Amino acid sequence: MTSLEVRRGGIGLLRDLSFKLSPGQTALVTGANGSGKSSLLRVIAGLAVPAAGRIDWRGSAVHRLPPEDRGEIAYLGHLDGLKQEFTVDENLEFCRSFWKGREPVEPLVAEMRLESYRHRNIRRLSAGQRRRVALVCMRLKPARLWLLDEPLTNLDTRGTEVVIEWLKGHAAEGGIAVVSTHRPKRLETAASIEVAL
Amino acid sequence: MNAVPMRSRLWRAFHQLGSPPYVYRLAGRLAPWLGVASCVLLAVGAFWGLVLAPPDYLQGNSFRIIYIHVPSAYLSMGGYVLMAVAAGIGYIWRMKLAHGVAVCVAPLGAWFTALALVTGGIWGKPTWGTYWEWGDARLMFELLLLFLYIGYMVLRMSFDEREKADRVSALLAVVGVVNVPIIHYSVEWWTTLHQGPTLIREGGPSITMDMLIPLLIMLAGFSLFFGWLLCKRLQGEILRRERRTRWVQNLAVEAAA
Amino acid sequence: MLDVVRQILLRDLRLAFRRWSEMATPLIFFVIIASLFPLAASPDEAQLRSTGAAVIWMSALLSSLLALDGLFRADSEDGSMEQLILGPAPLGLVVFAKIVAHWAVSGVPLLVLAPLAALSFYLPLTALPELIAALALATPTLSVLAAIGAALTVSLRAGGTIIGLLILPLTGPVLIFGTRATELAALGEPVAGPLYLLASVAVLAVSLGPPITAAAVRTALE
Repeated sequence: MTSLEVRRGGIGLLRDLSFKLSPGQTALVTGANGSGKSSLLRVIAGLAVPAAGRIDWRGSAVHRLPPEDRGEIAYLGHLDGLKQEFTVDENLEFCRSFWKGREPVEPLVAEMRLESYRHRNIRRLSAGQRRRVALVCMRLKPARLWLLDEPLTNLDTRGTEVVIEWLKGHAAEGGIAVVSTHRPKRLETAASIEVAL
Repeated sequence: MNAVPMRSRLWRAFHQLGSPPYVYRLAGRLAPWLGVASCVLLAVGAFWGLVLAPPDYLQGNSFRIIYIHVPSAYLSMGGYVLMAVAAGIGYIWRMKLAHGVAVCVAPLGAWFTALALVTGGIWGKPTWGTYWEWGDARLMFELLLLFLYIGYMVLRMSFDEREKADRVSALLAVVGVVNVPIIHYSVEWWTTLHQGPTLIREGGPSITMDMLIPLLIMLAGFSLFFGWLLCKRLQGEILRRERRTRWVQNLAVEAAA
Repeated sequence: MLDVVRQILLRDLRLAFRRWSEMATPLIFFVIIASLFPLAASPDEAQLRSTGAAVIWMSALLSSLLALDGLFRADSEDGSMEQLILGPAPLGLVVFAKIVAHWAVSGVPLLVLAPLAALSFYLPLTALPELIAALALATPTLSVLAAIGAALTVSLRAGGTIIGLLILPLTGPVLIFGTRATELAALGEPVAGPLYLLASVAVLAVSLGPPITAAAVRTALE
């Protein structure tokens, strides 16, 4: 069974927060700026260690996860994680081979309307286009748990719709997602749980 | 005694050493003893070494600086190892108090390193011809150690968050301790390669009892002095780190009353 | 495992060549220091020959210091480092590959440039193989030290200025053995001793460096 249990206490931003997610659930983390949404996601991803409490992914602590199992978690922070000097295709190719992804690139690129930019350097893309590339990159990881920190930043309505569809599809396949946003309205339809900080 | 209570007692001791109020009180209780003992030992050792011990037949009275030079050189290295071990314990077991110890040791170690350098230079002057080679390489070794201490302190200062400063600087301290034996042996290899091992010899005759005993007393006195300073500094560091906790606030209320 | 090393290595090398001016700066810096030295001292042949080894090694040290700031900074600023930390490979391995890439673009060109500088300092032609061997053994250690310094300061804005303070005290052994090997080679004496010592320092650095660097990167970005 796939389950995620979060308990975080002690000092810091969040105190005695606890929740558990089962396959097919999408959690929306909401709260004002500075309420600790990003910190929570970084802790779940295993980038930071909680001051107290623990996060379990399939029964073992997330920051002690062996590297082979880390492929099951895909994290997209507020930074896109793309190389400016590379083209869209080069970035996506690295993502795919590094994470040993099996998802085909073409449909995702088409969905995000990036076909005509594939050979353009990231440096020459707009902020919204970069976010789209980063989201495609995230999809290329063969992950069961998605951790998306403000995925809609800089996205237009069309991009937002694609993200909502992806989240619904992911949940339908039994995947889990934790999505942070300060504007819950736009993602409401895809969420099954709301965690208000 | 069977093994089980022994182990649980050790475990309890380890746990208590992680508890700031316990260590604060322990340091407070140890400090006066260390202070008095170190003053007595330093006075006895200094009188014995500087007045009673016979002059060296090669170097005359100038050798007497070893009673300061050798203990401070020993503490400069011992202090670094202590700092690195404390920082390593703090990093691995996420023990904040161990980082506190490392923080307190760093400036003390740096001062003793500087003292060793200065006294070494003063001593090197009258004995220049004989062991310039040896003195030069060892001086460089001490100087690099001083830079390592300074690097550790500067790196700490450049972080705003104490916790991150603790953890990142701990890694530097640990990397630096790997360097201590490397530099130490490189000095020997370097000299060996350069001139052959005959140059590394004792400056004068092998040390006599009259000279050795005061040196041992001074070593003990310096060590206890180091421990005394460490206790006092550690108390301050604990108060600074724990200033928001109830026990420190109670302490302040008691002190005010 | 090896696949990850290859991927990161190719990625970093390709990035380095796309930013070739950044890659070339430390090398030009090396040439400039080495050629300014005779201006600062005196162009006297005997003097240049006696100080040549020291100048070449100090220039190599300083130029490798110049090359290291970008090692993790670019990746941490655009968020790639977070992805690599969370990647399906041990971070120590990723860091190892990045160090190899750094060495390939900063250390290897020195193996070509340093002999040229050595010739201009009247070092005998016969001493060049030994000089190249010594540099080949010393530059990996310098790259590892550079990586540790870069990782410790990656989250600091003014990291570049502190790195020198942290790293230069650790370069003592490399400097001692490297200069010694070059001086012995110039005198036509056997250099095996210092070369073995350089090799053992390199083995120590390459085996212990990557895990420590990985821990530092992880801690700094925590």
